[in-house]
Amino acid sequence: MENIVVVGASLAGLSAVRELRAEGFSGSITVIGDEQIRPYDRPPLSKQIITGKLTASEISLESPDEELSAEWRLGVTATALDLAGKRVALDSGESLTFDGLVIATGARPRQMPGSKLRGVFTLRTLAEAEELRHTLTEGTPRVVIVGGGFIGAELAASCRSLGLEVSVIEAGPTPMGAVLGDVIGSGLAALHRNNGVNLLLGLGVEELIGETEVRGIRMLDGSTIEADIVVLAIGVVPSTDWLVGSGLKMDNGVVCDASCLAAPDVVAAGDVARWPNQLSGEFRRVEHWDNAIRQGEHAARRLLAGSDDEKILAYEPVPWVWSDQYDRKFQIVGSPAGHDEVRLVQGTEHDERFIALYRKDRHVSAVFGSNQTRKVLAYRKRIQDRLLWADALAELDQAPQPASV
Amino acid sequence: MEIHVNWGMCEGNGVCAIEAPAVFDLDDDDNLIVLDETPPESQRKPLEAAIRACPKRALKIV
Repeated sequence: MENIVVVGASLAGLSAVRELRAEGFSGSITVIGDEQIRPYDRPPLSKQIITGKLTASEISLESPDEELSAEWRLGVTATALDLAGKRVALDSGESLTFDGLVIATGARPRQMPGSKLRGVFTLRTLAEAEELRHTLTEGTPRVVIVGGGFIGAELAASCRSLGLEVSVIEAGPTPMGAVLGDVIGSGLAALHRNNGVNLLLGLGVEELIGETEVRGIRMLDGSTIEADIVVLAIGVVPSTDWLVGSGLKMDNGVVCDASCLAAPDVVAAGDVARWPNQLSGEFRRVEHWDNAIRQGEHAARRLLAGSDDEKILAYEPVPWVWSDQYDRKFQIVGSPAGHDEVRLVQGTEHDERFIALYRKDRHVSAVFGSNQTRKVLAYRKRIQDRLLWADALAELDQAPQPASV
Repeated sequence: MEIHVNWGMCEGNGVCAIEAPAVFDLDDDDNLIVLDETPPESQRKPLEAAIRACPKRALKIV
């Protein structure tokens, strides 16, 4: 293998490039990125970039002395993949041949009817974040955020710290309740409300209203909510348009095998990659920052392994994600989605510090903590080692049959 | 080999303590503790993993 093309110039793509070089790959590496700038850190976009604590130049992912000897093709978009001919077509009209391909095109925000109106934002790129900050800091707009997940919640917290009136519309009965359960979700709801967010729960959005500029949102129940700025934070869809017709299997992402291989000499990593995690038994994409690094690295090693069975390893991480909101640092290790039981083992969902364990079948599947970094992270390794629910409770002196939560 | 922590950047996410437990730990208030500011060469690989995995890019080897 002499020539590797990486499509996607964000954290997963960059991590793949770093690992290729760290593993001694000395051939050519070309990175295709559809944004005009070198890789940058996205988590600050909803927080420090909005509040002005950090600027664009401070969130670069590359260190000044880093020498990856890669060719960066920025501001161009991959438009097609020819698997048999091993070529990637670009919107510039060129096509690049490759011996190995890393697909790391990430995901883009989900839209809804009316999202082209002026004053409607999504938050994925630095350009979007800078434009949103500019708009938020001109006057005192009324902000409505659709979606109460991490991005919506962090953005709401940022708007509050800018002194803005902000509403969050969440379709479920509690924010993130579908994943975390409604007990933890109600704790998150109280946190928002205590910090002055107008939290609207259990409400479906029909459409955005306005002619050229957004004026508000029409809800499914017929009511309307006025807004000067609407931010859609209703999740993302994997960026796979360019792969349609390529022969790669796609099903809510690029479908990979357990080792992150999508086709011979083609790997995928980051938000776009869906693979069977043999540890958790899940077949999903993981949109976390930490996964972009680890999967990018794993995919790079998988690509170099070729058909050498001894070097082909399954990718079976315990996911980890954090979210900073107000004075809280939330951390989740594992996958709480689809849990059978939630148990608060320290504090309550209304405390500043608490820990909840999630059970799936006989095992601890995830741990959620608020301002309990050390204890939560310690579970990461233990979930990797298939920690039994009964053992986890026994050492915490918890009865095995709880009042259900 | 000497490890440098940018304390202005560190938010105590604690990932480094997982990647390089011989060098980093968290105290009971989740503040980062550097256990060994001049770790031996044998710690280079875990240290590099910690540097890569730090969400705040707050670590470097000097």
